Amino acid sequence: MSSRTLTIVLFVVFVVITLAITIWASRQTKTAADFYAGGRSFSGFSNGLAIGGDYMSAASFLGIAGIIALFGYDGFLYSIGFLVAWLVALLLVAELLRNSGKYTMADVLAFRMRQTPVRVAASISTIVVSIFYLLAQMVGAGALVALLLGIKPGAHFLGMDADTAKIATIIFIGILMIVYVTVGGMKGTTYVQIVKAFLLMVGAALMTVLVLAAFKFNLSDLLGEAATKSGKGASFLEPGLRYGKEVAGDAAQTFYNKMDLLSLGIALVLGTAGLPHILIRFYTVPNSKAARKSVLWAIGIIGTFYLMTLALGFGAAALVGGEAITAQDKGGNTAAPQLAQVLGEKFLGGATGGAAMLAIIAAVAFATILAVVAGLTLASSSSLAHDIYASVIRKGQVSEGSEVRVARIAAFAIGAVAIVLAIFAQSLNVAFLVALAFAVAASGNLPAILYSLFWKRFTTAGATAAIYGGLITAVVLVFFSPVVSGSPTAMFPNSDWHWFPLSNPGIISIPVGFLCGWLGTILSREPADPQKYAELEVRSLTGVGAH
Amino acid sequence: MSTDAPDRYERIAESPEFSGLRRALRRFVFPMTIAFFSWYALYVILSAYARDFMGRILFGNINVALIFGLLQFVTTFLIAWLYARYADRKLDPVAEDLNTRITAGEFDADEQPKEVVA
Repeated sequence: MSSRTLTIVLFVVFVVITLAITIWASRQTKTAADFYAGGRSFSGFSNGLAIGGDYMSAASFLGIAGIIALFGYDGFLYSIGFLVAWLVALLLVAELLRNSGKYTMADVLAFRMRQTPVRVAASISTIVVSIFYLLAQMVGAGALVALLLGIKPGAHFLGMDADTAKIATIIFIGILMIVYVTVGGMKGTTYVQIVKAFLLMVGAALMTVLVLAAFKFNLSDLLGEAATKSGKGASFLEPGLRYGKEVAGDAAQTFYNKMDLLSLGIALVLGTAGLPHILIRFYTVPNSKAARKSVLWAIGIIGTFYLMTLALGFGAAALVGGEAITAQDKGGNTAAPQLAQVLGEKFLGGATGGAAMLAIIAAVAFATILAVVAGLTLASSSSLAHDIYASVIRKGQVSEGSEVRVARIAAFAIGAVAIVLAIFAQSLNVAFLVALAFAVAASGNLPAILYSLFWKRFTTAGATAAIYGGLITAVVLVFFSPVVSGSPTAMFPNSDWHWFPLSNPGIISIPVGFLCGWLGTILSREPADPQKYAELEVRSLTGVGAH
Repeated sequence: MSTDAPDRYERIAESPEFSGLRRALRRFVFPMTIAFFSWYALYVILSAYARDFMGRILFGNINVALIFGLLQFVTTFLIAWLYARYADRKLDPVAEDLNTRITAGEFDADEQPKEVVA
């Protein structure tokens, strides 16, 4: 059996199993709490795994391994930022949100505010963040399939050329995610994420052990071989090949490069606790103690995974080599699957072993993407149905049944929009889309969440100012940055309207978000409602009246 | 849970028991957030500006940058564990006790007429 056939067989097995679980989950989904929050019945451990499945995206697995393989140490910065970020969620957000919210991020933000303006703002921000993230995953899936299934330009597969196969993949992934969410709701999505997290951890652990075995479990030898093979020597193991580059004779550019590195670092660490698809996972457990347990498990699982990215990335640099990786994909996104193939050849015996390992890891990569896009679709459709339809349009006068029906329709609509956008966005850089999602989450959502939970005087005007101020600043700065125009790697390489020198807006837009929230509050005419804040505080800390 | 007088939650929020719980939470999470954020910021700033230091070899091919990065993992796990322990001992018992008492109606004012809200 060829590697391509095996990949397809394994992926089909994953799809069949997860669809069966989804249909089973749909039978257990009767109320709105079932659809939005999986009946709030998952244990801390299950939810910890599901959080891992929701969070460790293709950008983590393929992207970080690829950056380390090509640029060495700098890829590790992502791993660290993505992990440390969980402390914000653990210490400041998870438990308080679980106690005071119901289904969406907006539940907490609107708790003591005027409902309509805050819910509209939170819903817009939820959808913007989720769509950027969703596009990143779907574009990534399209790019990967051609490479993983070995469809090169000019070659054909099932009568499709590479471009058609990419579009077919995007549509296929899109349809599957719509089915998971509309049929299985949060329960189905959660199980898909649990299965994926398990597969990803096993796959990554297997590869890590094999990489280390290839170097007789001597990490120093592995790093040495990676550095030698990269042709960059010791600097491959130090920060600076990709981010914060020093440009000789150009002090301004050097300064901007360093600022860009700081900006990325801040956005990574502050973005996580503002990602709506992560926040709604805290509602799937019975109480705040279980929410804490799920974050603790998630930190353990995600931390272990990001430690393994070191072995995967440097392993790919040492065993596959930068040239072979860039020959396959310039961005390095195929480093992990290519490493799998080499490891299979080395340890499982020849070409067959290589094909088998490649197939397994390729199937894991597809499962990874699928679980993340399902979570994102659920987050945005929940917000449309619960925040916009039920709260803003119907002012809460709506039955659970029709709210859930609207949520299903919303999931279908968002999935369809995402498919179309992803087809048009195929040339966009995946890492850029994810970084933008994190920057918006950190600039708009996080200030609003933290002020809501901890600042008594925070008002409706403050909340909307924080969300819109952070969101708009982040998006506008990116639009005028070198990632969109004015550089060879930009979206529009042949035009130049950029004036903002950094690729990541975080270092400006995050303080702007916090500043807008503060200004909006002190300038607002209506004072905060002290009774509602007292209620939020008591409920969030003691769990009284929690849903 | 009984129905609420409008200022019921304010009275709870101002009670010594609740103030103690709030103080216990903030006393841990605020300083710890500042600590881990500064520690992480130091790592990012050193990665940007102290490349010679980060590139210094400690043994074999292991340099300061790698150890510093791995230490971020260690401190993240450590802080998570410390918080879990602290919450178990200092926060959960108080929160559960307050929850029970609030639900039992202990904080419902007796001097004020109770307003019945549907």
